[in-house]
Amino acid sequence: MSANRVRDNAVFAALRGSPQAVFGGTVLAIVVLIAVLASWIAPYGEHQRVGEVFAHPSTSHWLGLDDGGFDMLTLMMYGARVSLIVGFAAALVAMVIGGAVGIVAGFFGGKIDTLLMRLTDYFLAIPDVPLMIVVAAIWGRSLRNIILIIGAIYWTSTARVVRAQVKSVRERGYIRRTRVIGASNTRLIMRHVLPQVAPLLVATGVLMVAYAIFAETAIAFLGLGDPSAVSWGLLIENAFSRDAVTVGAWWAIVPPGIAVAIVVVSLTMLGTAIEDALNPRLRVSHVSVRRFRLRPIPPPREDA
Amino acid sequence: MRSSEYVVRRIAFAIATIFVAATLNFVIFRAAPGDATTALRCLSCTTEVRAQVRQELGLDKSKFQQYLIYLKDLAHGDFGRSFQNRQPVLPQLWQPLKNTLPMLMLGTLFSIFFGLITGIVAAWRRGTLVEKGSVWIGLAFFSLPTQWLGIMFILYLAGPLGLPTNGISDPYLAYSHPGLWAELTDRLSHMVLPSLTLGLVLYGEYTLITRSALLETFGEDYVLTARAKGLTTWQIVRRHALRNSLLPITTLIFLSLGFVAAGSILIEAVFNYPGIGLLAYQSVFQKDYPMLQGAFLVITSSIVIANLIADLLYVRLDPRIVE
Repeated sequence: MSANRVRDNAVFAALRGSPQAVFGGTVLAIVVLIAVLASWIAPYGEHQRVGEVFAHPSTSHWLGLDDGGFDMLTLMMYGARVSLIVGFAAALVAMVIGGAVGIVAGFFGGKIDTLLMRLTDYFLAIPDVPLMIVVAAIWGRSLRNIILIIGAIYWTSTARVVRAQVKSVRERGYIRRTRVIGASNTRLIMRHVLPQVAPLLVATGVLMVAYAIFAETAIAFLGLGDPSAVSWGLLIENAFSRDAVTVGAWWAIVPPGIAVAIVVVSLTMLGTAIEDALNPRLRVSHVSVRRFRLRPIPPPREDA
Repeated sequence: MRSSEYVVRRIAFAIATIFVAATLNFVIFRAAPGDATTALRCLSCTTEVRAQVRQELGLDKSKFQQYLIYLKDLAHGDFGRSFQNRQPVLPQLWQPLKNTLPMLMLGTLFSIFFGLITGIVAAWRRGTLVEKGSVWIGLAFFSLPTQWLGIMFILYLAGPLGLPTNGISDPYLAYSHPGLWAELTDRLSHMVLPSLTLGLVLYGEYTLITRSALLETFGEDYVLTARAKGLTTWQIVRRHALRNSLLPITTLIFLSLGFVAAGSILIEAVFNYPGIGLLAYQSVFQKDYPMLQGAFLVITSSIVIANLIADLLYVRLDPRIVE
């Protein structure tokens, strides 16, 4: 337990020292704050028509109005809420499924491992977004369905990463000893294996949130989003399908795309920073641009 | 394991994956509440019509029997009939696929070429502004929603460059500028923006992949040896690090093909490009499920076949893999 804590602290320290992680974490925290406070800080109501359709940005409406005469800034704030909920919830679903599959496959090995990994390979080979579209088209357009669909399709990479880690953890001395003492499989997994793979699970989970937000915009764009839950993806879709391009209303399309990119960038930075902190292989590098200059050999002295 | 056995195994895996996809296709559609006739939005549908459709689709039999019939039909190339135009699905999938492939190929080649170059330069100049810049640009393109990037090109790039943003060819071209050359350039010009969108989205990903794969090899002992021999950084990168990192790079590039499939749907929806992605998109709207199933199977099979080619290429790149 204490060794664990030492390692966690080391990872944490590495993260604090990494500008990527600090940047990603800060930006993410700000966006989450905006999403949580949306109903208090938004300048107008979510369902409040405040002016002409596609009105230009002005001092009273910083980001202009959308195709229904709603304030874009307000919609962006509420959109953050929906997009983040979908992202985090879907990532959670993916992590639970992927973590369970990975731990069971890696811990028990043998036939179960072969079977589960085969299944993972098949799912990995099937392109995700087309599959999502097929499922979403059949299941219907609701936020809950979208979360379940994204989560149920993105578990594969988590399962593989976790399995590899569990396989190496399983062979460590203390796990064997605990097993000999008589610990049950459940206890071994919960007390010893899970804490070891938890940081890795968090890293892949953070990256998964980014993928899920991304996938949500794709599903929404293809007309399969929940029409009652305004997300960033739905904002792009609405503006595009209602001729914002021909009208030249860039303000209805540009902000949601930028917002998605900012959140995805910060999540990717945070996730890869955690991954890098966990991967000691990246800390060694024998190639660097910095050149070492040898001290010039002093010229032989005259009197020698 | 001998290499012939490896090849057989990979082919078996590819066939099994397509089989799994076909099964998923069956399960997803049949597990939905109601059946295909519930989704038929026809006002004149009487009970008899529904019963007839049910019989035609074999919905009056048990689920397992339905599954066997479905597999048998698939094996015979029978993907069912489109709800929309009552024609067999399979022949309607070829032309869109033929339209899609060159566009995707153009975009993918663009991204592999430029992504590799930027990734190599970024890893080579590690710690410099060049690296930071290329990583940031790569991350930005990687993070922008594909469809959004396409829309941006329509808004800001199509006008100044005078490029078409809709469809695959100019319908009046045969009257205004007849001739093979004009037709060819017209096709190409319609392909530029969709390909560029795909290319730039993938470019970001490939830059990041190449860079990190190279950086991993920099920690290896043979790189230290090469350095001790007195090779310049560029020589180390080119002769030692790059060759060894090509393998993980190839894997990751082929793994990202699923992303290409996703991109093709979104991009074709934005540019109204009559490919297999647009077909899938339209069949969602028209609730044309046989067509959607067919498009899904064709897209999946293409990806699986591409992955199979990658696996077979692998043996050439690294013969150790068969062991």
